[in-house]
Amino acid sequence: MGIVSPGFSGRRRTADLPPGQYLTDDFPVLSAGPTPRVRPEEWSFTITTETGREHRWTWREFRALPTERPTVDLHCVTRWSKLGTHWEGVSLDTLLAGVETTADHALAHSYGGYTTNMPLADLRDGKAWIAFRFDGEALAPEHGGPARLLVPHLYLWKSAKWVRGITLLTHDRPGFWESAGYHDYGDPWREQRYWGD
Amino acid sequence: MNTPTPAHVDGNAAAGVLREVFAVDLTAAVGQCDNCGCAVVLAEARLYTRAPGMVGRCPGCQAILFRVVRGPDRTWLDLRGLRCIEVSLPDS
Ligand SMILES: [Zn+2]
Repeated sequence: MGIVSPGFSGRRRTADLPPGQYLTDDFPVLSAGPTPRVRPEEWSFTITTETGREHRWTWREFRALPTERPTVDLHCVTRWSKLGTHWEGVSLDTLLAGVETTADHALAHSYGGYTTNMPLADLRDGKAWIAFRFDGEALAPEHGGPARLLVPHLYLWKSAKWVRGITLLTHDRPGFWESAGYHDYGDPWREQRYWGD
Repeated sequence: MNTPTPAHVDGNAAAGVLREVFAVDLTAAVGQCDNCGCAVVLAEARLYTRAPGMVGRCPGCQAILFRVVRGPDRTWLDLRGLRCIEVSLPDS
């Protein structure tokens, strides 16, 4: 017998969990403010480079891009993890393909004012998506719909809900939680929860 | 001969006044929203707690007044959304 968590209900085990995390089957909704209600027809996504050049997609243009269907584990800094979640989204590799940049840093921003930062490298090479479907359904506003950033190898606060754009920067700029005690990078496997971890 | 008075002193000298401010129940304090300027009793802020930290928002304009992040052995307080806080002191 392997070591199984008390909440074990499927094929995955506590061995799949980063340190300090527990397994959950539901999908808790965390929010630092009112839920923005953005209709697809008023939604757009903009990548702004370090020179100020803007690359913008309307919903229609965005949905015309090729999509991927990643199955990923989610790790929230509030200690729950949800394994094997199914998403559909556009890879950041696709969105960044035509973007000329030498920036090393990225700051995602959202409808409602939320921001979160990460190295640009963490958005490349099949590690990040702009996701618009969860479990086969259109992404609900509570979970960040119409579309959210999905960067599952970092704590979930990095996967900005209601994402509206990403600014590429030559210098790191801490986002909403990163400027208030949370770790600048947020690797769950190294348990980088707070400043100095 | 007078010794010149230094322009500033060590932050430790603020211990007394800061303790006076932060040892009180701040929810009764009145702050001014940096965004819309309205006066807000902190207890009347809209508090979002189902999040990695606690976020208090202005009941008038929804702007963030304060954020508190609680780690196991540390806490972080961001008050940049408040212009000033008025704290009533006990009779002195
Ligand atoms: Zn206000």
